[in-house]
Amino acid sequence: MAGGASAIAPARREAVPEVDVSAMTIVRPRRWGRIAAVAIMLALIAWLTKAFAEGKIAWEVTGEYLFWPSILMGVVNTIWMSIACMIIGIVIGVAVAVMRGSPNPVLRSVAIGYQWFFRGTPVILQLLIWFNLALVFPRLGIPGLFEARTVDVITPAMATLLGLGLNQGAYTSEVMRAGLLSVDRGQYEAAQAIGMSYWASLKRIILPQAMRVVIPPLGNEFIGLVKMTSLASIIGFADVLRTSQDIYYVNARVIELLMVAAAWYLVVVTILSLGQARLERRFGRGFASGVRDR
Amino acid sequence: MTRMETAMEPEATLAPGLPIVSGRRVGKLFGDFRALTEVSIDVEEGEVVCIIGPSGSGKTTFLRCLNQLERIDEGALWLDGELLGWRLESDRLHPLPEAEIARQRRKTGMVFQRFNLFPHMTALQNITEGPVQVLREPRGQAEDRGRRLLSRVGLAEKASSYPKDLSGGQQQRVAIARALAMNPKVMLFDEPTSALDPELVGEVLSVMKDLARAGMTMVVVTHELGFAREVADRVVFMDQGRVVETGPAQQLMDDPQEERTRNFIRSVLGRE
Repeated sequence: MAGGASAIAPARREAVPEVDVSAMTIVRPRRWGRIAAVAIMLALIAWLTKAFAEGKIAWEVTGEYLFWPSILMGVVNTIWMSIACMIIGIVIGVAVAVMRGSPNPVLRSVAIGYQWFFRGTPVILQLLIWFNLALVFPRLGIPGLFEARTVDVITPAMATLLGLGLNQGAYTSEVMRAGLLSVDRGQYEAAQAIGMSYWASLKRIILPQAMRVVIPPLGNEFIGLVKMTSLASIIGFADVLRTSQDIYYVNARVIELLMVAAAWYLVVVTILSLGQARLERRFGRGFASGVRDR
Repeated sequence: MTRMETAMEPEATLAPGLPIVSGRRVGKLFGDFRALTEVSIDVEEGEVVCIIGPSGSGKTTFLRCLNQLERIDEGALWLDGELLGWRLESDRLHPLPEAEIARQRRKTGMVFQRFNLFPHMTALQNITEGPVQVLREPRGQAEDRGRRLLSRVGLAEKASSYPKDLSGGQQQRVAIARALAMNPKVMLFDEPTSALDPELVGEVLSVMKDLARAGMTMVVVTHELGFAREVADRVVFMDQGRVVETGPAQQLMDDPQEERTRNFIRSVLGRE
């Protein structure tokens, strides 16, 4: 570094030393922060491993129940319920997001009212309301067409589907709305200019572009939903947590079976994250992203 | 049958010399702001009309009204013998349903200032989207036609490029091909070169010149006075939402009759 006075003076050509970067060794900067972080994390992992290894966990019991038939059934139930609720959530979410952007004040109010109710109450409360629907409507159906006792229709699975699906729709609609808002107005106009109807331009032009923006938060929502299905265990839906509990009520291997459930949730969420990365590439075609995403 | 109904018959063939675009005392308001006042412009079939004027003069708004991206508040617009946006029935106007408006829009091809290509589609897909989705043309046929249009705008080898990999001039040429793919009766250009780097303006203008030479009816909102003088049959000068002066291109530019036209032309040429 030059001294104070010479830094102000105009640089003279002969003052520049001969340097050829190709002929020299490059010293990589030491990343002390990273090294420290890795050391701390390794220590934490070692400590946790030790605690769980020496703690009162019979790992062989965990292993034994990992592929237990009723546990596997629970995993299957957790998966299909998550997918079904997410489909309901996306369908409702797109509809409500479009309704909120509609010039029709009736549609807009319905959409806002729906979001207000389902985001305004705890999901566990909504599950209990659906499960106890028979207290308000003893019978369900369309008079003359079909009719049934509510308790026969609203099974734990049905109550979960309605409760989580409708709740998910309220949250997904805001994610979708963000996606729709992210698409430039010129895209709507270009679609209209080639004679597309509003619905065709939504389907072909706007939504595919919105999807690109929407997938990371939707992945978030989906992963949250997988774990939210565990709430349905309180109304008797046989998901993986409920089946684990049913077993430990009998054999008292509480922590071992909770580890079984934890392992399965991690497996499902890992697979979902991989799927999300694929979808992002699929919908990212034609876009140069400003940030590195891998 | 009244005279009006005859004129609105979709199949009605125009008498020779009857304008394909006809604006009659068109007015447009955005809230309290008056964007257009009594704009009357006729365009004959095969004619190239350039609309010039300072920014905020309403020239883009008029073009958007022609394509029904905006709905007019006063007067009437006729295109190819049809009243735009309304059905006239014994002195009462019924707003056309959206599907009918979409059908009327197909008679015009629009080229936007900022291209507005669909970024998630390749150049060829951008062009075939309308024919396949709207005109229900078989995909193979639409793609053949799309490739021919791409080579017409000099981009045959860019069929599978995404817009982000094309220069501004190339994007605008794809956008022209996309509009042409709908077989429009009139092409509308909204300042098609204003968003381009100076060295890319020429390639877009030359595509437009070819179109004009091929007999396409064109309405061009532009700041390119050189283009207007060379290609336009007539030039319309607008200011503050009104048509100030209209006339044959060279006459209007070399010998403007109105003070405002003179000032505008002098200021634009002075900048160059």
